[in-house]
Amino acid sequence: MTTIQTAAPAPPLRYPRLAQPFLALGLAILAEVGIAFFVLNVVSVPLIAVWVGIPMLLVFVPCTRWFANCHRRMLAGFLGAPITRPYRQPPMKGLLMRLRTILADPATWRDIVWLLTNAVLGFTLNLLSAVLFLASVFYLIYPFLVWVTPPGVFDQPFGGLFTLNVATSFLMVPLGLVAFLIWSASGERLLKANAHLAKSLLGPTESAQLAIRVRELAESRAETVDTQAAELRRIERDLHDGAQARLAALSMNLGMAEEMVARDPAQAAALLTEARESASTALAELRDLVRGIHPPVLADRGLEGAVKALAISCPFKVDVSFDLPGRPPAPVESAAYFAIAEALANTVKYAAATNAWIQVSYEQEKLHLLVGDDGVGGATVVTGGGLYGIERRLAAFDGTLTLVSPTGGPTTVIMELPCESSSLKTTPSSGTA
Amino acid sequence: MRVVIAEDHALLRDGLIRLLEAHDFEVVEAVDNGPRLVPALVQHRPDVAVVDVRLPPTFTDEGLKAAIEARRQVPGLPVLVLSQYVEQLYARELLTGGGGAVGYLLKDRVSNVAEFLDSVRRVAGGGTAMDPDVIGQLLARNTRDEPIGRLTPRESEVLGLMAEGRSNAAIASALFVTEKAVSKHTNNIFAKLDLPPSEDDNRRVMAVLTYLSSR
Repeated sequence: MTTIQTAAPAPPLRYPRLAQPFLALGLAILAEVGIAFFVLNVVSVPLIAVWVGIPMLLVFVPCTRWFANCHRRMLAGFLGAPITRPYRQPPMKGLLMRLRTILADPATWRDIVWLLTNAVLGFTLNLLSAVLFLASVFYLIYPFLVWVTPPGVFDQPFGGLFTLNVATSFLMVPLGLVAFLIWSASGERLLKANAHLAKSLLGPTESAQLAIRVRELAESRAETVDTQAAELRRIERDLHDGAQARLAALSMNLGMAEEMVARDPAQAAALLTEARESASTALAELRDLVRGIHPPVLADRGLEGAVKALAISCPFKVDVSFDLPGRPPAPVESAAYFAIAEALANTVKYAAATNAWIQVSYEQEKLHLLVGDDGVGGATVVTGGGLYGIERRLAAFDGTLTLVSPTGGPTTVIMELPCESSSLKTTPSSGTA
Repeated sequence: MRVVIAEDHALLRDGLIRLLEAHDFEVVEAVDNGPRLVPALVQHRPDVAVVDVRLPPTFTDEGLKAAIEARRQVPGLPVLVLSQYVEQLYARELLTGGGGAVGYLLKDRVSNVAEFLDSVRRVAGGGTAMDPDVIGQLLARNTRDEPIGRLTPRESEVLGLMAEGRSNAAIASALFVTEKAVSKHTNNIFAKLDLPPSEDDNRRVMAVLTYLSSR
């Protein structure tokens, strides 16, 4: 999956303890508001028979989804992990197609089930968590309440079971302590339980997860095929217009020189010089072309050597740090190299940097590539731009690119490439003095 | 002059042998793979070795590694490395081997026979022969806040030729100026780059290259 973010990839916010009771109260209220969405949806379905249901569903389902999405975002803070949106995309345009997709999507029905469970179970859990906290506060300040309110309001607790005055009201304070202890032990757990409950209905089912994955893979495959076809076309064009044409000219010059060598040696020598020059140019073009396909230094020295070579040829100082247990498979290595090369080229072109750093490490079955600089920042991922190109290249490997580049700098490009540890090879050829 | 050649392409190898023998070099051995190169160099101790970077069995930088290894065993062994492409990393590795007498040229330079032979002789004589591409990349670096940025265009030109390993006389003829003018330029360059003047041609190139590649 590819994500583009303009800020650091922050894990979902964890709510501070003291904010939780109020959030819980809000969620409890929203849970009851949800009943309205439930009713609207449930009413719409039978009304399809008289057509009115169709526009109703087309309006209410997106509303419900929006409502559920708000909850997905909020609840992610309790879970510490985002809840993926499970909805299917309509395969074609058109209102009826949209309606069909909506009705056939299990996520639609699971949303409705969630609305109902949330109104009952979610409401209870949230309210319990909130009330425990509020009760503890309430009983802790009970004497104060008795003192400031007129008689008959707070001095007869538990339905007037007994009567208190300011002095005896201190007997209620321990209740506050007890409530506080229960809340601190279970308040967050109740909210987490609610979040898990919601996730089980709002998150994708296994088959929906697979469907999402298939969609992503199909997209990235289509893009990979496109970029590769474009790359092949570029290579063909470069060979045809460049080296091939020059070699043709070269052989023509040689033929003319051959024919002329006895008649006019001086002219023949000039033609030979010309031939030599066009051979050199053809070689230079082939060299550039080869470098664009697979840089020889990458083949020779692997990623580490190739990145160091990149760093050396950079106009400013580049610190390179490497922490890899072995050599990644060739396609991954090549993708990683080109990603770093492009990111560095961007830095050279736009960042006006005086220092840059490249870090490559391996963690959790992923290759982590970081290219940072102390330049002016303000970099963005635009379609067709260099960073976009990297992103497309990485997407073919399920890799991601994250850009952190506030205006004024510094810029950091963080790239991740999945790569199983079993495929990392240790090479005997690495490590030359 | 005795030469050892390492090149895996039969055609190129024969071409090199023919070219060098036509110009009074004696090719004592021509090998076509990396593992045989080090013993050949250590055994023959040639006046100069002409080595292709990419050699069997790995077809990576076998030749370069063998050259570095041979120079470790026989310090100062003159080696001219030929390659299909130039890489500053490799130039640096060769130079940090110490003892001068190295060359690193694009294979295409062979086609300019006179210049190529000049390079071979220079390396055999204990000098350096760096490909203009390597030097060009080094000099093209962003030179803000660098002493190299204080050089005049003419001085950079002189520095480039100097870094390739050419003598003052050669620089003078390449730039169509007098040798005296060149030595004036080189003195200015040394002053601007804070390099202590030295009589040793090779050391001055080494100093310049080390300065350029150590940043």
